[in-house]
Amino acid sequence: MSGAAPLLIGASLGYVLILFAVAFVAERAARRGHGGWLRGPIVYTLSLSIYCTAWTFYGAVGYAARSGMEFVTIYLGPSLVMIGWWWGLRKLVRVARAQRVTSVADLISARFGKSNALALLVTIMAVIGITPYIALQLKSVSESFAIFTGAEASTSATGFWVALGLALFTLLFGTRNLNANERHDGIVIAIAVEAAVKLIALVAVGAFVVWSIGGGLGAMMDRIDASPLSTWEMDRSRWIGITMLAAAAFLCLPRMFQVLVVENDDERHIQVAAWAFPLYLMAMSLFVVPIAVMGLELLPAGSNPDLFVLTLPMSEGRTGLAVLAFLGGFSSATSMVIVATLALSTMVSNHVVMPIWLSAQTGGASQSGDVRNIVILARRLSVLGVIGLGYLYFRVSGGSAALAAIGLISFIGVAQFLPAMLGGLFWRGATRSGALAGLSVGFAVWIYCSFLPAFGPGAALPAAWFSEGPFGLVWLRPDALFGIAGIDPTVHAVLWSLGFNVLAFITVSLVTFPTPLERLQGAQFVNVFDTGRAAAGWQSSAATSEDLMIMAQRILGAREAQALFRDAARGQGLRGDVPEATPAFLETLERELAAAVGAATAHAMISQMSGGAAVSVEDLLAVADESAQMLEYSSQLEAKSAELSRTAAQLREANDKLTRLSAQKDAFLSQVSHELRTPMTSIRSFSEILRDEAGLTAVEKTRYASIIHTEAIRLTRLLDDLLDLSVLENGQVNLNMADGRLSEVLDHAIQTAEAAGTGALTIRRRRIDEGLPLTTDLDRLGQVFINLITNAQKYCSARDPVLEISVQEAPGGVEVHFADNGTPIPVQASRDIFEKFSRIDGSKGQGAGLGLAICREIMMRLGGNVRYAPDVSGNRFVVVLPEAAKMAAQ
Amino acid sequence: MSREITPPQVFLERRSYRRRRMLDALRLLPLVGVGLFLMPMLWPAAPSEVGEPVSMSAAVLYVFFAWLALIVSGALLWLGLREPLDAAE
Repeated sequence: MSGAAPLLIGASLGYVLILFAVAFVAERAARRGHGGWLRGPIVYTLSLSIYCTAWTFYGAVGYAARSGMEFVTIYLGPSLVMIGWWWGLRKLVRVARAQRVTSVADLISARFGKSNALALLVTIMAVIGITPYIALQLKSVSESFAIFTGAEASTSATGFWVALGLALFTLLFGTRNLNANERHDGIVIAIAVEAAVKLIALVAVGAFVVWSIGGGLGAMMDRIDASPLSTWEMDRSRWIGITMLAAAAFLCLPRMFQVLVVENDDERHIQVAAWAFPLYLMAMSLFVVPIAVMGLELLPAGSNPDLFVLTLPMSEGRTGLAVLAFLGGFSSATSMVIVATLALSTMVSNHVVMPIWLSAQTGGASQSGDVRNIVILARRLSVLGVIGLGYLYFRVSGGSAALAAIGLISFIGVAQFLPAMLGGLFWRGATRSGALAGLSVGFAVWIYCSFLPAFGPGAALPAAWFSEGPFGLVWLRPDALFGIAGIDPTVHAVLWSLGFNVLAFITVSLVTFPTPLERLQGAQFVNVFDTGRAAAGWQSSAATSEDLMIMAQRILGAREAQALFRDAARGQGLRGDVPEATPAFLETLERELAAAVGAATAHAMISQMSGGAAVSVEDLLAVADESAQMLEYSSQLEAKSAELSRTAAQLREANDKLTRLSAQKDAFLSQVSHELRTPMTSIRSFSEILRDEAGLTAVEKTRYASIIHTEAIRLTRLLDDLLDLSVLENGQVNLNMADGRLSEVLDHAIQTAEAAGTGALTIRRRRIDEGLPLTTDLDRLGQVFINLITNAQKYCSARDPVLEISVQEAPGGVEVHFADNGTPIPVQASRDIFEKFSRIDGSKGQGAGLGLAICREIMMRLGGNVRYAPDVSGNRFVVVLPEAAKMAAQ
Repeated sequence: MSREITPPQVFLERRSYRRRRMLDALRLLPLVGVGLFLMPMLWPAAPSEVGEPVSMSAAVLYVFFAWLALIVSGALLWLGLREPLDAAE
């Protein structure tokens, strides 16, 4: 049979070249934005077929030959998930897109507060669970190749070349560039092609077996009933257990998560895949039993039933069909390895390599350009590492029985992610500690009950452990935990690992308290459909440029936005005014928007429109920071504006005062000139009379001269008063502080006033109160008293004018009251009596109106005050002496 | 002053009513599937058990027809839902 080897190598190489070409063309088309057809629901459904690996392609027949219909459980689980759980899948896809999730580890870590410990744990579990699975694929390719060449020695060499080719393919199309949403058009389209190839190959072999060898459907049914598989024999627990396990693994396998969630382009594709993928699975398993039965019937006893798909056509001399079957198996193996490697390397580089690299960098992520290259490098190294590990495992295990059983064991391993994943999606109470506990416990039980025992007694675990338990603890036997023996090993491992996993997850979640970030993420995950208007619908990820246009117009203004879009369209070589929503354009747009609304907000808006990504917590925090800065800025502005308006008010006040003072000054000047002119006029006219009139009598001369004298005295007094006031107002006065008694000051003032005045005024005093000692300028105080008494003398209009002087203690000092019984000053006038030159209309007095003004100035200087208090029957002036004047003397 | 209050819509229009029942059916479909695939549990699992053993050909036919029925009903429901779903959004 070695003659088939060149044909086989040629066919394989040609096939691989076609795959490379398809991937390359698809990638280019997607980059140019013509990739719409690449992302149809059919391609999505076909890409899901990486669930069917070489293990299912070849192994299903062997499985059926050994245990009848049990193989079908592997397909029934995913079928039920796709048919019945589309709503959960939709949520998973929505959450993953909203959170820009790139892997199952990323999902779990993002849900539980972006915990890298969780991501690391999931990554380690996935690597341990999946690496043997990759080895299994290498093994199946090598073995099927060996069937053709017949050379056992070539197995490892084949494995090496296959591993190398796969690594090359994954590096080329999986890690060429850093894609923000981790979608790989080339790989997806290549997988879809491979899916079609493996289906066609299996159906072709099946049809050949049924209609060419088997003699038609009816005859085939008879053969089945005549075969060793004649009756339904089934371990019930396995039937249920493996169906459930396959359903769980379908969701949790990193490679399935990659195609199901990460590579999903449009949620509506799930609608088609919901029935099309079960159809694919059914077609894949339709001919398994006939092939197994015919293999058992026709091939010599002892042939490996795992390779019936190949050996049956070969034994019938159908080399072409056999090569097709080989290509089918080759497709199954390669597509699985490519996607699994891609998924694992994403996890390894994001959660193992990058954190280590970043922590090794003392300065942290310094330049973005550098980090980008480093990430790609890390991704590439991880791809090589994962495939290398798979190859190493393949070489070391040497195709032992452990490898054949790894399919289900690996399923159990990854199924441990399910509680954390579903709990995170549907239960807000799930916490990081709960997820860590559940995953660790489930992982430990899986390692102990399933992974290690698979190497056989005495290989990884001591043989004694299987009979007597570890350290003599019988109830801890790996195949019969708690002494419950007799359960099928697979079901046993599923039961205990998932049981403890769920128990630990829920219990620890209930007793621990999540961090704020966890709670935020939890709410975003569980309530992903509650946010946003159109969230309940199915949405396509593509941001239409029209949406962007509308948004940009709102923010930038219609003309600017249109110009920006037109320029971008020209730049892309398009004729219209609307460019493609390429990342470069989005970046430009985001920068433009950022200028208007701030970087964080712009990023949130753009990412919400393109890819429907929700605003992450970081985005929100950034937005909050920006808003806080703005708030702070605006409050600063507010404070400044308040200060400004205060200053303005002060200025206005000062201006008013100045205006008032200026008016006062004008009034004062005109008053002064008026007051000076009146006596001057009479002095001038009488002195002219004295000079010019010759015939004046002595009496007349005396009279005129005395008038001139009186007016001159008046002028002098006025000038004295003015000088006095001016000195007082300018603060240039020197106070002669001296000790004395109030009574003495009053005595002196009354004597002076009475000596000058008419003497009609009766003054009443209460001397008993007047014994207060004082320290003040006694002369000035006396001047105030004289003024007040003289005023009473002059202006008191009563028939028997009486002035009552009383002294009262008051808070803040001593008050001396001067109350007369004259006509009260009108309220209007009483306000201005302390102003200069203010005289009450109609009063007969001849003063200049400066007396009270001087009184007030003096009292101000002495630290006291003088005020007018209207009385029921007269006028009352109150002189307030400060406390200091009184206290100092005591 | 009396203000007319329009009573809330109690009945959906016929098409959206049909859509909702189809979605109900889609949600129930997995239960039907689980029921169908649990059926083999009732069959005798080993020659030692009482009861007529089920022949492999019958078992194969049962499993695949149940499977196909599920797929076809799923496909029909989804295709039926598709038009109004797209039109509504």
